[in-house]
Amino acid sequence: MIKAILIFNNHGKPRLSKFYEHYNEDTEQQIIRETFHLVSKRDENVCNFLEGGMLIGGSDYKLIYRHYATLYFVFCVDSSESELGILDLIQVKVFVETLDKCFENVCELDLIFHVDKVHNILAEMVMGGMVLETNMNEIITQVDAQNKMEKSEAGIAGAPARAVSAVKNMNLPEMPRNINIGDISIKVPNLPSFK
Amino acid sequence: MPAVSKGDGMRGLAVFISDIRNCKSKEAEIKRINKELANIRSKFKGDKALDGYSKKKYVCKLLFIFLLGHDIDFGHMEAVNLLSSNKYTEKQIGYLFISVLVNSNSELIRLINNAIKNDLSSRNPTFMCLALHCIANVGSREMAEAFASEIPRILVAGDTMDSVKQSAALCLLRLYKTSPDLVLMGEWTSRVVHLLNDQHMGVVTAAISLITCLSQKNPDEFKTCVSLAVSRLSRIVSSASTDLQDYTYYFVPAPWLSCKLLRLLQCYPPPEDGAVKGRLVECLETILNKAQEPPKSKKVQHSNAKNAILFEAISLIIHYDSEPNLLVRACNQLGQFLQHRETNLRYLALESMCTLASSEFSHEAVKTHIETVINALKTERDVSVRQRAADLLYAMCDRSNAKQIVAEMLSYLETADYSIREEMVLKVAILAEKYAVDYSWYVDTILNLIRIAGDYVSEEVWYRVIQIVINRDDVQGYAAKTVFEALQAPACHENMVKVGGYILGEFGNLIAGDPRSSPLVQFNLLHSKFHLCSVPTRALLLSAYIKFINLFPETKATIQEVLRCDSQIRNSDVELQQRAVEYLKLSSIASTDVLATVLEEMPPFPERESSILAKLKKKKGPGAVSVTELEDSKREGGELNGGGDRGPDTAAMAASNASTPSPSADLLGIRSAAPVGAAPASAGSLLVDVFSEAGPIAPSAAVNDDGFLRFVCKNNGVLFENQLLQIGIKSEYRQNLGRMYLFYGNKTSVQFASFTTTVSCPGELQSHILSMHLCTKPVEPLVEGGAQIQQVLNIECLTDFSDAPLLNIKFRYGGALQNLTLKLPVTINKFFQPTEMTSSDFFQRWKQLSQPQQEAQKIFKANHSMDTEVLKAKLLGLGTALLDNVDPNPENYVCAGVIQTKGQQVGCLLRLEPNAQAQMYRLTLRCSKDSVSRRLCELLAEQF
Repeated sequence: MIKAILIFNNHGKPRLSKFYEHYNEDTEQQIIRETFHLVSKRDENVCNFLEGGMLIGGSDYKLIYRHYATLYFVFCVDSSESELGILDLIQVKVFVETLDKCFENVCELDLIFHVDKVHNILAEMVMGGMVLETNMNEIITQVDAQNKMEKSEAGIAGAPARAVSAVKNMNLPEMPRNINIGDISIKVPNLPSFK
Repeated sequence: MPAVSKGDGMRGLAVFISDIRNCKSKEAEIKRINKELANIRSKFKGDKALDGYSKKKYVCKLLFIFLLGHDIDFGHMEAVNLLSSNKYTEKQIGYLFISVLVNSNSELIRLINNAIKNDLSSRNPTFMCLALHCIANVGSREMAEAFASEIPRILVAGDTMDSVKQSAALCLLRLYKTSPDLVLMGEWTSRVVHLLNDQHMGVVTAAISLITCLSQKNPDEFKTCVSLAVSRLSRIVSSASTDLQDYTYYFVPAPWLSCKLLRLLQCYPPPEDGAVKGRLVECLETILNKAQEPPKSKKVQHSNAKNAILFEAISLIIHYDSEPNLLVRACNQLGQFLQHRETNLRYLALESMCTLASSEFSHEAVKTHIETVINALKTERDVSVRQRAADLLYAMCDRSNAKQIVAEMLSYLETADYSIREEMVLKVAILAEKYAVDYSWYVDTILNLIRIAGDYVSEEVWYRVIQIVINRDDVQGYAAKTVFEALQAPACHENMVKVGGYILGEFGNLIAGDPRSSPLVQFNLLHSKFHLCSVPTRALLLSAYIKFINLFPETKATIQEVLRCDSQIRNSDVELQQRAVEYLKLSSIASTDVLATVLEEMPPFPERESSILAKLKKKKGPGAVSVTELEDSKREGGELNGGGDRGPDTAAMAASNASTPSPSADLLGIRSAAPVGAAPASAGSLLVDVFSEAGPIAPSAAVNDDGFLRFVCKNNGVLFENQLLQIGIKSEYRQNLGRMYLFYGNKTSVQFASFTTTVSCPGELQSHILSMHLCTKPVEPLVEGGAQIQQVLNIECLTDFSDAPLLNIKFRYGGALQNLTLKLPVTINKFFQPTEMTSSDFFQRWKQLSQPQQEAQKIFKANHSMDTEVLKAKLLGLGTALLDNVDPNPENYVCAGVIQTKGQQVGCLLRLEPNAQAQMYRLTLRCSKDSVSRRLCELLAEQF
């Protein structure tokens, strides 16, 4: 079982924390700090597995992590998970590649500004500590469908609010006063003649 | 098009986050956050209804604040309200908030449950998934109560969408983990198992986690999953890399699912059906073969995926532990990985080999890699990998390579990371003791250990070396000589001083003949360390000095001088002062005879589990040290301790400190009996006073149950024996009544004083299960040397029971309090009445007892000879009737009997199937009462 999924940056600032077992807020924060402490002092090119910190359950749990540019992706798992499997899960299969696809070259800022999206993507992949889906395309399809729904709802219900805020934000002096459409010549494509 | 278009972001949220990021100080950040919280609060409280977009924005802000480590104590109600919205965006935000911020004890659960209920019945797959996710995330008891019966229905319904099925499977798993009693699989079992055949790989992926968990808990009900899993695995393994499309990952077909299938199979013994087994072995071979093929891609993802499957396959092979051919191939494969350039693979290979080392088929094969592993220990850059290498060396150690491995571990210790030193020290100490052939090597090793890593040598380690030296005559002289030499080093660790002080105090006389280590030289050497030591060590040294006065009368004047000086006799530490005063007095007024008695050499220590092993177990958590290892060391520990049940400790070294147990009094790991013999009255009033209080009462020693299992199939014999005492048993049982005669024999020539025995029934045994009547008058308080006394015990079985009554024996031998607790071999099978029956009767009854909990089954390795006559004798000794010509296979044994208790009769049927080739047994019990099946199965599994 996956006990927790943590993402933090090189300075230990959490960017995502998802616990699949209940801890109180203080403990969660301590676990993040402890994990950061354990993971960040390791060199590059060492192995991606290490024993968990005491708060998360000590040597019965493993931390499996990847370091990408400014971010650490850490999965805390028990012995029922395959280490390499989880590593793949972080790396590609799912998490990072999916985020990459969804955000177009994901970077730390994307995670910061779209907490909700990241949570949604994660939810399509892991549920209650178990892996739900490993097929990236399937996950992206689900996320896409959600976005569509969101857009369509924004289209109907969100429209008035949006319109108001759009008007408020309008910077009138920069608005073009005269709209010059110019020459519009509509070319009619050649249609195949009916026989 | 990217799935999340960046332009869509919420502007207010972005501004807020930028503000936080621009904060120069923590204070500024907190100020900004509080401002925002106040803002959100007022928006939520305000009477204007917020639109979906604003709600979403505020909830995202709260999430962000929460992530930064701030408590969020409002907004829950608003989130719950969002759940009942029929807009996806609002619903989704509501669920997101709840799954991150609502804990399972929240009072809002009832409201949340209502919303979930609506969504589950909405037939909108997106809403259903959201609801299922929420249940899986919160997973509280209330939720289990509300939905445990609903979710299996969704899971197996024909018209459920695949994505909903996936979520339902994992949701059910979560509920099963939190409230297994509420999730009743009964009618769904077979349909859930058949999800393994589902066309949609995602459904299989999710379902297999559920099935694995359920199988671990109810292996019998889910047995059918084995053949399904094997065929699914075989289809994946043999498929071309393109067959599975999206589930093919860097040319490896469905690696995640393959791993999970292999994990599921590890919940079960090898398949019995030949065809299934053949297919599985074929799969495993294919996986092993693929590892040897050239990689289809240079990408690390390809090799990771491939090796993830390979490692799971190897785990399964190790789990089965029955295919020597595969085991050796697995071992060779791991051997290749040991030298792989990927650190991850080296790590995993070392880890898997650790389990492989405990299989008898592959232990030797693992040993061939010793050089590589030692090399890993020396050269790996990564401490996690070095740690695994150390673990593996520990696991592969046996008599043949112990010296090499211990030497390597010792030399590694000098440079080892601080984080693993203590564990390394424990491991070295255990290996040195376990595989010691000559004890001078053992003593050398431990002293080296103290020299190299003295700070990490816990008390248990040096207690143990002293226990062993005391118990082994042949090593005492060598030990004295070696510690004497070690102490000559200008700087030596305090633990070395402790061991030195103790051993020279006991056995200094053995090396006193050499003028270079004459008594005075020894004393001066010890005393030169005295001032650098902590109080407990100094206390120990004072005790060593008084022992010197006894060993070497010529040192008396010098030592008395030391004791008399102000720094001792007026020491501000009470313990030191008391010792100085008492020892000084003792040495000046007691006659040499009295001194010799009081300060006699320590008697051997009782046989016990190594406290070091216990410490290692504690450190590594339960399960880290295998049971066999434990038993091994028990046996071996017994050899070197040579029995003896006296419980003296450091404190006993000093006759006078019984009144103030010193910190070092805990040499045995338990504070068992303390003081040395009741000194003759002439020894000084002080001592008499101390001992007239009967000494500290020893808490009961660890329960000794060595003898217990030997009596399951027999009624008479010797239950316990050590150097002092022998306890014999004769017992007879009729219906639900039994009578047990206990014979206590004093093996020494000295009388035992205040001899008392008590029988107690732990836990509920007392009131509900078993009544024991001690029918004799209490045994005589005095047992003369060489005499035997008898006690009769009447037993009545009221209902079935699992625990055994405890017999506690206390007595004084030469003044030292002995305390011994034994498990009395009263087991449920003693109340068996044999029942003869014909084959048809037997099978009819066998079928009647077909409920899963009525059956208990165990497959285990033969520990004793599999000789037919021996087996028959044991089965008859069990109390059942051994039925001939019942089982179609003449190799098998079947028995039948009825257990008589006061309240009811429990019918039991037993079947034992030996497999001489594999040296294994399968034992199946079916009883009309499930607790009886389980207990009998436990008891019997240890007998064959």
